[in-house]
Amino acid sequence: MREVITDTLVIGGGASGMAAAVECVERGCRTILVEREESIGGVLNQCIHNGFGLHVFKEELTGPEYAQLFKSQIHQKGVEIQPDLFVVNIDPKRREVVTMGKGGCVVYRPRALIMTTGARERPFSSLRIPGTRPAGIYTAGVAQRFVNLYNRLPGDRAFILGSGDIGLIMARRLTLEGMKVLGVAELMPHPGGLARNIAQCLDDFDIPLRLSTSVVEVRGRERLEGITLAKFDPVTLQRIPGTEERVDCDTLILSVGLLPQNELIESFVETEPVNRGVKVDSFMRTTHPWIFAAGNNVAIYDLVDFVTLDGKIAGQSAARMVRDGFLPEKRIPLARSEQIGTLIPSFCCVEGQPFTIYFRSKKTMKKARVSIGPGIFETVRLGIKPSEMVDIPFTVKHLGKLKQLGLTKIEISIKEVP
Amino acid sequence: MEKRGLTCISCPLGCDLEAEVTADTVTVTGNRCEKGVVYAKAEVLNPQRVVTSNVLVEGGLSPLVSVKTSAPIPKGLIGKMIQELKNIRLHAPIRIGQVLIRDLLGTGVDVVATRAVELLPTAQSGPSPIPISHPIDVCVKL
Amino acid sequence: MRELLRVAVIGAGVVGSLIARCLTRYRCEVHIFEKEEDVGWGITKANSAVIHGGYDDPPGSVRARFCAKGNAMYSSLSEELGFELKRVGSFVLAQAPEDFPYLETLKAQALDNGLSGCAILPAQKVRDLEPHIADTVLGGFWCPSAGITEPWMVAIGAVENAVKNGARLHLSEAVTGLVTAEGSRGRRVVALKTVRGEYPIDIVINASGLWAEELSTLAGAYCPPLHPRKGEYLLFDKFDPPLVRSILFPIPSSVSKGILVLPTVDGGLLLGPTATDLPKEAREETSTTREGLSEVLYSARKLVPTLDPQWTVKTFAGLRPESPQKDFAIGKTEVEGFIQAAAMRSPGLTAAPAVAEHVVEEVLRRECGYSLESNDRFTPVNPPFVNVSNLPLEEWEKKIETDPLYGKIACVCNKVTEGDIRDAVRRGATTVDGVKFRTRASFGRCQGGFCLAKIAEILARESGRSLGEVKMRSGRTELLRGRVRE
Repeated sequence: MREVITDTLVIGGGASGMAAAVECVERGCRTILVEREESIGGVLNQCIHNGFGLHVFKEELTGPEYAQLFKSQIHQKGVEIQPDLFVVNIDPKRREVVTMGKGGCVVYRPRALIMTTGARERPFSSLRIPGTRPAGIYTAGVAQRFVNLYNRLPGDRAFILGSGDIGLIMARRLTLEGMKVLGVAELMPHPGGLARNIAQCLDDFDIPLRLSTSVVEVRGRERLEGITLAKFDPVTLQRIPGTEERVDCDTLILSVGLLPQNELIESFVETEPVNRGVKVDSFMRTTHPWIFAAGNNVAIYDLVDFVTLDGKIAGQSAARMVRDGFLPEKRIPLARSEQIGTLIPSFCCVEGQPFTIYFRSKKTMKKARVSIGPGIFETVRLGIKPSEMVDIPFTVKHLGKLKQLGLTKIEISIKEVP
Repeated sequence: MEKRGLTCISCPLGCDLEAEVTADTVTVTGNRCEKGVVYAKAEVLNPQRVVTSNVLVEGGLSPLVSVKTSAPIPKGLIGKMIQELKNIRLHAPIRIGQVLIRDLLGTGVDVVATRAVELLPTAQSGPSPIPISHPIDVCVKL
Repeated sequence: MRELLRVAVIGAGVVGSLIARCLTRYRCEVHIFEKEEDVGWGITKANSAVIHGGYDDPPGSVRARFCAKGNAMYSSLSEELGFELKRVGSFVLAQAPEDFPYLETLKAQALDNGLSGCAILPAQKVRDLEPHIADTVLGGFWCPSAGITEPWMVAIGAVENAVKNGARLHLSEAVTGLVTAEGSRGRRVVALKTVRGEYPIDIVINASGLWAEELSTLAGAYCPPLHPRKGEYLLFDKFDPPLVRSILFPIPSSVSKGILVLPTVDGGLLLGPTATDLPKEAREETSTTREGLSEVLYSARKLVPTLDPQWTVKTFAGLRPESPQKDFAIGKTEVEGFIQAAAMRSPGLTAAPAVAEHVVEEVLRRECGYSLESNDRFTPVNPPFVNVSNLPLEEWEKKIETDPLYGKIACVCNKVTEGDIRDAVRRGATTVDGVKFRTRASFGRCQGGFCLAKIAEILARESGRSLGEVKMRSGRTELLRGRVRE
């Protein structure tokens, strides 16, 4: 068993982890990046489609290309990469991270820990859809892995449940690579993914999008033989009887949500109750002063660019903590109004640097007023959709206003305006 | 006069556009920037797409290399492009940014690799293969 | 040199596998025939995994003879065969004053059946042990000897041990016919036909679960009429600390023990089963239904109101055989050499070790009169399946020194390494499910999201086949269809 003391330890070498690691090492920290797979890059390695980097690099890149830009920086700047290493346990009292790999057990003692462990896909088996349990049912990420990394198609005729981005991307991918994609069903009355993906992945290939529809039964003893769709009320989300429709297919692809993956820390840091994402403040710091987090294990982002930006903040904050030994503690909670779903961060550090508030609206609004305060500022945004995160910069000026008003919490609300 | 509704894909805002097409004009409304006008006109008259896919690689650490067109190609050529990709066989190593097909189907657009594929190490191989951690020149403009 | 007695055990579920193991204590030729591609894939795979206390069986019934005895045998069996057993205890919960006389009946039955340590506890004592039960609980009948296990691991361990002691395992080999002939003592078994050929055989032990009646018909032997009874289940996520520590039973209905709430050996929470009678032919009808799953949730919440369906990790259904007598059918038949170990409805899993011993010692040796010499080379112990991550860190490290694959994680949720998966394949897993059941890979929260491709890769590599040939379980269950690029 070896012990390694380091300034910063980053767990998870995906988009947020790579960005955080670069920031740390640029600020003079000895930075170790631990990754359980053979190479870093995370899901970017299998996302061979483009659309990454529009914000951060002002250019459309594919996933592997986006990842490569960070991989190059990581190597050039001297981040120590430890691939094929698995974190067995984190002891919050002793501040120890126990890992196991081909070389045996290594216990890390970082001064700052950055958790960038991403998300997992909601599995089909948890949806309680009645019927059989045949072969041929895959979450979209698993299907993507088989297609792009293993050179294998999951089936011949597919139906997709869930119009989240990954489902839409796979609708196009499976069609391009020779499968027949019969349609996409979405329980909600609005699509789950980005509008550009509806256009590029479904409309381009005449793949029908069935809103307010879901799968209510699965058939087939050995291999999937078919599914039954039914319509659901757009408001109550109750099934409408008599709307059943049988579809014959041998593959069912699920894109029904991503869930933050925080097994290693959820027993001791605060997580938000609905999706169990880890709560962070505007320094991307958790409720433990030496543990930071960024990326999909905090909340499910829809653009990797935002993940990168929050990863950078986590890295910068961790480096500052290592250098100064502390970060300003005073923070006040962000509170959401009814119309708001996901909201990051959970706290604002009053003595901190400017940051970005990300949130999702629960409803589609053509034009909406976003209010931060009360009394800090308001802004109008167009084309609000639940599937697309809204990003609101919280600037130095806003921090000043916050202090001046002496608020004990920041309320975020959104309201449709004519 | 034809009216067509489309969603702009130039950026994630995804504005809802409407294009009025007559014999000699295309009028676009609903856009929040110029890119929307450009996109709608192109979609109506000559729709183009950047296409990403895979090509078979032999002797590499991975059976496929992911590829993309270096610029958009006419939408109607997508099927033919996939056929072209099915007909190529490459051999490792592949560099990220390496041009795999020049002037695809006469479009003037290239097909380039979007990741590296290292050589599969064998007993006979002389110098050690380039490890994935080695910085590789990136043929992507920033 | 006298010829060895040739014994065929039909069915490699819990019952058949334990019988086969008992047989190998003696010098005889033992064959286990199983129609599925792996062991324990019938009833054994999909039930509540409960080792019942034995208070529930009417004194004088066949199951009463074997349940408490089998329960007691599980402790040494789990050590010998290396499967997990947790004696978590069970409560039958009273939620109305009129339930108490029933609890008194159970207490009396417990004594009659030879149990000790059972007691009727008042509400507060129950709540001290199980804080999450409903406010309506007025008391409970407590049985400390009840436990939970992994039924398929019992079968796998027993089969491995039987094979080590000389038995031959025939997987994917369904029995299609039984040849009988007129002997001096009436009709007797002479041969067995399977999908692969014909085997001369002296004894057939029918442990074929849902197919017991059909198999008996092939021999012309009597079996009580059986029909499948479906039980649907919900499996919930792990909670730390666990929501429920012991097995919670409601007051049963006339049909079944009711819908339980109980922990699983790896920390999850199981709800179920329902009890839906199906027609005879529906022996493979294991689909879940909307009504069934709703019923499970509704009934389970009567015992533990805070159960939230959002915690569901998995839903499934299993079948068990039911007969009009509601009892086991164990023993000789009118066909000499054809022995029943059938109609093993609840508490079949619990009774199995006692039934196995009875079939070999009492039925075969004593009643049928076959004298068998001891197998001096019989070893009762089978190495357990241990994932390296369950070892102390120093021991895990030592394993990695012998093989770096023990340091490469494959299943993140349950910390299963590539080395563990490879070992499972070498010990007999030929399908993804085979790997899952032996290692618990894919049993966690992500249900295979992170590890399915890796499991398939290792299966392909170890068997020298291509990825496209890897299957989920029996039949045409290949994961993948073709290549993207040829």
